[in-house]
Amino acid sequence: MFRPLLALLRRDLTLALRRPQDALTVVGFFVVVVALFPLGIGPDPEFLRSLAPGVLWVAALLAVMLSLERLFSDDYRDGTLEQMLLVPEPLGLLVLTKIFAHWLITGLPLVLISPLLAVQLNLRPDEILILMAALLLGTPILSLIGAIGAALTLGLRGGGVLIALLILPLYAPPLILGAGAVDAVMHGASAQAHLSLLGAMMVFALFATPWATAAAVRIMLD
Amino acid sequence: MSERGIQWFRFTAPANFYDLAGRLIPWFAALTVALFGVGLYMGLVVAPSDYQQGDSYRIIYIHVPTAWMGMFLYVLMAVYAAIGLIWRIKIAEIMAKSIAPTGALFTFLALWTGALWGRPTWGVFWVWDARLTSMLLLLFLYLGYMALHAAIDDRQRASNASAVLAMVGVVNVPIIYFSVHWWNTLHQGASITVTEAPTMAMIMFVTLMIMVLAAWMYSIAVVLARARVELLERERTAHWVRERLEGERG
Repeated sequence: MFRPLLALLRRDLTLALRRPQDALTVVGFFVVVVALFPLGIGPDPEFLRSLAPGVLWVAALLAVMLSLERLFSDDYRDGTLEQMLLVPEPLGLLVLTKIFAHWLITGLPLVLISPLLAVQLNLRPDEILILMAALLLGTPILSLIGAIGAALTLGLRGGGVLIALLILPLYAPPLILGAGAVDAVMHGASAQAHLSLLGAMMVFALFATPWATAAAVRIMLD
Repeated sequence: MSERGIQWFRFTAPANFYDLAGRLIPWFAALTVALFGVGLYMGLVVAPSDYQQGDSYRIIYIHVPTAWMGMFLYVLMAVYAAIGLIWRIKIAEIMAKSIAPTGALFTFLALWTGALWGRPTWGVFWVWDARLTSMLLLLFLYLGYMALHAAIDDRQRASNASAVLAMVGVVNVPIIYFSVHWWNTLHQGASITVTEAPTMAMIMFVTLMIMVLAAWMYSIAVVLARARVELLERERTAHWVRERLEGERG
C-alpha cells in the first residue's frame, strides 16, 4: 500500500530538485520580506527584537501561501491529477503525500533559514530554539490548511489572489500560537503551553485536512 | 415522516419552494417592520439611560442582534451547505448561497456599531480585542466564501466547492475564537448567558430580545427573497419557471 505513496513522494521531490529555483524563490521571498521590516520601522535593536516573533511568523506564513498555488497546478495542467483519481489508493493519502513533499520543499527550508533571520532581529539563542520548534510544528499546519485552498482554486482565473482570501483567516490560530511561543520565552515564561497546542493543532490538521482537500480536488475535477 | 404531518420534503422541489417562499416573504417583511418599529422606539425612547455609559449604550440594541446573527448565520450557512453537498438538495445549496451576503452584512454592521460604541466608551474606534478580531476574521471567511462562489462559473461546481470551504470554516470558527480569546481580551464579558439571569434591567433585556427577533425576521425575509431569484436563474429552462412567469405577466 505504501509503495505507490513512496513513488509519488520520490517523484515530487525529484521534480522539485530538477527545478530548484521554485523552492529557492520561496526562501528568497521569506528573507526579503523580513529584511524590509527594519527599513520600514527603523533600526532600533530593542524595538526590532520585540517585533521579531510576529515579523518572522507573518513572513513565513506569506511565503508558504505564495508557494501553495504550485502544489496542484502543474499536475492539474498536464492531467496527472486526474490519473490520481483513478489510482486504487485513497485520494486522501495521495494528497497527504503531496502535501508532505510540498512541506519538505518549502516549509522545511523556511525552518532551517529562520535562525539566520532571527539573529538579524536580535533574538537570543534560547528564543531562536523555540522559534525553530514552533515553526517546525507550525509550517506543516500551514501547508495542510493551505492545500484545501489550493485545491479549491484549481483552474480558476486569479486563483493566487483568491487563495489568500480563503486561507489567511484560517492561518490566524497557528500564527497566534507560533508567535506567542517565542513571545512567552522573551518574557521569561514557558512556551510549553503554546507548543503543546500547536502540536495538537498539527495532529488535528493532519487527520482532517487531507479529507477536505481530497473532496475539493474531486469537486474541481468533476 | 408520517402521512398526516407536514411533508417537509415537498418543499425541496424547486417549484413548491418558490411558491411557499413567495407566500411567506410578505409576512416576514411585515413582522420585520413592526418589530424594528417597536424595538427601536423602546430602545431609543422608553428604555432608561445606563448609569455608567449614558446614552451611548443604546447602540447595543443594534450591535448585539447583528453580532449574534452574523455568527449564527455562518453556522446555518455551513449546515445548508453540508446538506446540499451530502444529499444533493438544490434548495439547500441555494439557501447557503443566499445566506452569505446577509451574514456578511450583519458581521460588518456588528463591527461598525462596535467601533461607534468603542469611541465614547474605550476612547478608540478599534482595539485588537479578541471578540473584535474574531468577528473581523469571520467577515473575511464570509468574503472568501462569496468570492469563491463568484469565481467558479459552473454553478454546481461553485456550490460544491464553496460548501467544502464553509464546512472547513465552521470547524475553524471555534478554534479561531478560542485562540484569539487567549491572545487578548478587553471586551466586556457577556451580559446574557443561557444558564443565568441576565445582568441587565428587564426593560433593556426585553427591548434587546425584540430587536433580535426583528433581525431574525429580516434575515428570513431577505434570504428567502434572494433564494427565489437565485432559483429562477438556475432553473430558467425548467417548465415550472415558464408557467409562473407567464402567469405573473398576466
